[in-house]
Amino acid sequence: MKIVVLIKQVPDTAEERILDPATGRLDREASDAVIDEITERALELALSVKDGDKSTEVVVATMGPKEALKSIRKALSMGADSGIHVLDDGLAGADLVVTASVLAAALRDTGADLFIAGNESTDGRAGMLPAMIAEHLGLPLLGSLVAADISAQSVSGQRATEAGTQDVSAAYPAIVTVTERFAEARFPNFKGILGAKRKPVSTLSAAELGDTGQISSSVLEVSQRPPRTAGAKITDDGNAAAQLVDFLASRRLI
Amino acid sequence: MFDLTEDQVSIVEMVADFATENIAPHAAAWDRDHHFPVDVLAQAGELGMGGIYVREESGGSGMSRLDAALIFEELSKADPTIAAYISIHNMVAWMIDKFGNDEQHAAWLPGLCSMESLGSYCLTEPGAGSDAAALSTRAVLDGEHYVLNGTKQFISGAGSSGVYLVMARTADTGSAGITAFIVPDGTEGLSFGALEAKMGWNAQPTRQVVMEDVRIPVGNRLGEEGTGFGIAMKGLNGGRVNIGACSIGGGQAALDKSIAYLKEREAFGKPLISQQALLFAIADMEIELETARTMIWRAADALERGTKDTVRLCAMAKRVATDAGFNAANTALQLHGGYGYLSEYGIEKIVRDLRVHQILEGSNEIMRLIVGRLAVER
Repeated sequence: MKIVVLIKQVPDTAEERILDPATGRLDREASDAVIDEITERALELALSVKDGDKSTEVVVATMGPKEALKSIRKALSMGADSGIHVLDDGLAGADLVVTASVLAAALRDTGADLFIAGNESTDGRAGMLPAMIAEHLGLPLLGSLVAADISAQSVSGQRATEAGTQDVSAAYPAIVTVTERFAEARFPNFKGILGAKRKPVSTLSAAELGDTGQISSSVLEVSQRPPRTAGAKITDDGNAAAQLVDFLASRRLI
Repeated sequence: MFDLTEDQVSIVEMVADFATENIAPHAAAWDRDHHFPVDVLAQAGELGMGGIYVREESGGSGMSRLDAALIFEELSKADPTIAAYISIHNMVAWMIDKFGNDEQHAAWLPGLCSMESLGSYCLTEPGAGSDAAALSTRAVLDGEHYVLNGTKQFISGAGSSGVYLVMARTADTGSAGITAFIVPDGTEGLSFGALEAKMGWNAQPTRQVVMEDVRIPVGNRLGEEGTGFGIAMKGLNGGRVNIGACSIGGGQAALDKSIAYLKEREAFGKPLISQQALLFAIADMEIELETARTMIWRAADALERGTKDTVRLCAMAKRVATDAGFNAANTALQLHGGYGYLSEYGIEKIVRDLRVHQILEGSNEIMRLIVGRLAVER
């Protein structure tokens, strides 16, 4: 079986993340770049399939600037077999429509049985990309799963909704997206780190993919989130608990 | 020479992530409860930390001595006790890889490299510490077996290890009469003393290893008869670099905590860090740790290349680094004032853990003896 995992390089959520007010884009210098945590869990899911069946081929794919290669190498050190890096300066600031079309072009001929992505990234958080890729490729999408069972013939899983739990399944090829309910990613071992450089990474430009990537949306304005203001203080004169309950209830938090 | 390679940066990053997630949050509790976390050691083994510089064909990670020093420094930032135990374990695994035959590699190294089986280094005896060549544990050949009798003192991992690497006397010819043996756990006649109560290093067990008519096959002899002292000393060269790296890691953690504390803590109307006397204390810690790190890297490089001055450089590095690490931790305690003396701040544990590094793997007095003798003989 061949599994392609979509990974994304994002600013570390543990640090302060900054948007450049002039361009409206992420200031990549401002924080460390790491593999998005949910896409790391997606990779872990693929690697756990490989643990059970060594013939499984795991490919990681991403679109991003030159530094994104670092995240691909990390994924290779964790156990992925090869990488696909869509790298094109013309794609800087690409919106969802362009990103989905370019990535779909990069994934179309991979011959993968299964594509695994995160349900949303920790930076953009649109949560749309996997569905858009599924449309481009004409594949069934099992989105936002909380559990998955990947067998040789098909993939099935559970999705939690407000109304209950849905059991979903699809024959290959298919796309699934995982949520943070999936297992945390493993650490790469020393052999993995030292061997990652020898694993192949193919670099593709938008032109090579036959997609010139016309970005049709632009950011008009970015404004700083207003600083936090002090909250309401409750002085306990005997009924603080009741006031607290009222406060939470008025905001539909309980 | 002083820039880390991309691979080394990735290795340090991974070890830091592992130590931050799986060791640091538990270090205080393990110290308090005297808990030896063999499960976490097995996780470290899965990542390749059980045989860092054991050759790949033997099941090790096949990395360099400098890589090892970087790894031990990083582990020790989270917990010097766990880092130091892994250092001892690696010394044992390396000795078997370096001096063992194919059968011994196949029998012992897979378990040691994965850390499913742990190793203990058994040289010191109740009556023979710094003067290790005076050891009295005896091994007598009896047909296809050796019969071992004697007691080993201060043995890290004793009672939990699967493999005891024992230096014993096969002839009354001083250091030339010592032979190394692999004694597996569970061998009849092998027993352990009570858990020693000690100042630090509480997350690893220290016990006596007692051998009463322990019969082991001749195939468990490591190297030829009479080569044991040399094997033990060669293992210790690496042990000295690694324990030095552990001291730097502990000292660095203490320094980092101190900088954060002095920036935050205010007295006499301003943060403590604006007091120049305290800034100078930070500078001295920084200078001594960086000096020691440089020395450790140089000794690791000599060890890797097998240069003539390996013994001298390893001894120097051990003395410099273990003193620098302890002094940094002790200064950090002073800089934290009363809070430094409380367990909660994690500083007093580093002081307690690093103190023993000045004593073991050859005391710092023995390091001076080695360096001094080599200096005057030149």
